[in-house]
Amino acid sequence: MSALGAAVEDGLTITRRNLVKVRRVPELIVFATLSPIMFVLLFRYVFGSAIPIEGISYAEFLLPGIFAQTIVFGSTITGASLAEDLQKGLIDRFRSLPMASSAVLVGRTVADLALNALSIVVMGVTGLVVGWRIRSSIGEALAGFALLLLLAYAMSWLMATVGLLVRAPEVVQQASFIVIFPLTFIANTFVPTNNFPAVLRWIADWNPVSAVVQAARELFGNTAPVLEASDVWSLQHPVLYTLLWSGVLLAVFIPLSVRIYRRTASR
Amino acid sequence: MHAIGKSVRELSVGPPTVRSMTDAIVVEGLVKRYGATTALDGVDLTVAEGSVLGLLGPNGAGKTTVVRILTTLLVADAGRAEVVGLDVQQDADRVRAAIGLTGQYAAVDEYLTGSENLEMVGRLYHLGKAEARRRAGELLERFDLADAANRPAKTYSGGMRRRLDIAASLINRPRVLFLDEPTTGLDPRSRLAMWEFIADLADGGTTILLTTQYLEEADRLADRMVVIDHGRVIARGTGDELKAQVGGQRLEFTVTNAAVLPDMVQRLRPLATDEPHVDEPGRRVSLPVSGGAEVLAEALRRLDGSAAEIVDAGLRRPDLDDVFLALTGRVTEETGEAGDEPVTAVGSAR
Ligand SMILES: Nc1ncnc2c1ncn2[C@@H]1O[C@H](COP(=O)(O)OP(=O)(O)OP(=O)(O)O)[C@@H](O)[C@H]1O
Ligand SMILES: [Mg+2]
Repeated sequence: MSALGAAVEDGLTITRRNLVKVRRVPELIVFATLSPIMFVLLFRYVFGSAIPIEGISYAEFLLPGIFAQTIVFGSTITGASLAEDLQKGLIDRFRSLPMASSAVLVGRTVADLALNALSIVVMGVTGLVVGWRIRSSIGEALAGFALLLLLAYAMSWLMATVGLLVRAPEVVQQASFIVIFPLTFIANTFVPTNNFPAVLRWIADWNPVSAVVQAARELFGNTAPVLEASDVWSLQHPVLYTLLWSGVLLAVFIPLSVRIYRRTASR
Repeated sequence: MHAIGKSVRELSVGPPTVRSMTDAIVVEGLVKRYGATTALDGVDLTVAEGSVLGLLGPNGAGKTTVVRILTTLLVADAGRAEVVGLDVQQDADRVRAAIGLTGQYAAVDEYLTGSENLEMVGRLYHLGKAEARRRAGELLERFDLADAANRPAKTYSGGMRRRLDIAASLINRPRVLFLDEPTTGLDPRSRLAMWEFIADLADGGTTILLTTQYLEEADRLADRMVVIDHGRVIARGTGDELKAQVGGQRLEFTVTNAAVLPDMVQRLRPLATDEPHVDEPGRRVSLPVSGGAEVLAEALRRLDGSAAEIVDAGLRRPDLDDVFLALTGRVTEETGEAGDEPVTAVGSAR
């Protein structure tokens, strides 16, 4: 077997192992399905009742934003799960086997990608029930979902690095929330950014979360004239800007996390 | 084995035994530091192919560090380590394909069932799906886990996890097996069962490096032993050789009434090769002797007609606890705070 073939096979073996866990741990299913439903409903009816946006229903404005927020949060699972594997000595077991050193990380991030895709499907269906509509072509819509998942996948590798360095699942979870909350809120996710104070507006404009949300809105056809994006480059070319971010995150954190993994021992 | 010709004194410190062509493990001058802590301070050892080495030492001695380096999990700061003739650092992948590791803490995936755990490991050794499954079934049977094969490992007892962990390390029929404290935390019955598994493996020709804090365990399973303390080898040899270091055997009598002890000493002194030792609170007298069971018989004859009511009489060979005490001046238990008690004269330890 070629080295690449073996690496792919090892990655799949670990992916399968991680997905079995998803089936056996109810909390994970809840995290992946019920909480997105709850968020869609809460935002749709609580914020939606107070934030009228001319020319578009709040449900249509909201869904691309909440897709992005949920899957970015989902990346914390990657870090926390790896830290847990470290704590339980499983990484030692894996590292003593003649398997590809990328496999544990590939298997982790791919399983989390699957979990994110599941969340998106659940949210999408919920969104359709409460008034979200896709007003573009199937191709564009699929491109929108693909772009969201790509950024989420890249974030997963960032969190994988954090998980291997921090080593305590609870700390990974809590520390990353402190970063991810502002990251997903100082953006165009839930409200238009027109009235943000200047500094926040600047952050929101260059925030990759804003870009992926803007890109998704355009690809799903969930836009309105009044929502004309800022004329900063990032939001004028949201797809490209998102691809750039994803590419940079992957290029930095895949090699970095594999390197750290190679010299990580559990205790 | 290789060391048999050497004198006991040489065995206690000197260089490792001469390296043979059939050594499955060769370690030379291994050093590992963690910041200011020197976990290993120049460890040398060899393990002949097909033999069992017991690596003994108290908490923090460096046992796990040795195992981690040999199983490619850690990189040493200095020194050399070879397993099946391959450098553990340069040839890590080939080493991994030849070894099995059961770490100090069971590394099983709690969410997977017993058979899923083993199949996963089999797949990661690239055994192929069918073979991984077959091998998993075989090992579950052998380790008495067949009934629990389809339950998540979360529901397993400590002993079951431990067995599953060992089974996982055997999936690929390793030539060299590393067992880091395989029986710590097991109840006496599980410990006995584990000893049988390990003895079976050794009989089957697997080279085993086993770490333990239980001297009885090493005595029972290992062909040779290496004792380490503070990252240094303080003794090596067979169990018998190590025991010989603390002196020969002793005759011990425990009686119901301490008042008769002086009279007993009087009667027994002619048999002793050295000064008898009287333990009044323990109502016990102990004297170094040479010779076998006939000394005991002779002693009993001499005690005939004394007022002593003997509750226990025996010829006692020193066990490895005595060895450890004699070598380090400390007992092996964690209570060994009494750390700096001076080394007692060899042979009179305890
Ligand atoms: N990751 C680490 N960071 C810092 N110090 C460490 C680390 N791992 C081990 N040590 C230190 O190295 C020394 C040897 O540790 P090691 O785990 O090898 O001992 P051990 O003989 O296996 O002990 P035990 O019987 O308690 O398992 C100890 O002093 C320990 O504190
Ligand atoms: Mg240890």
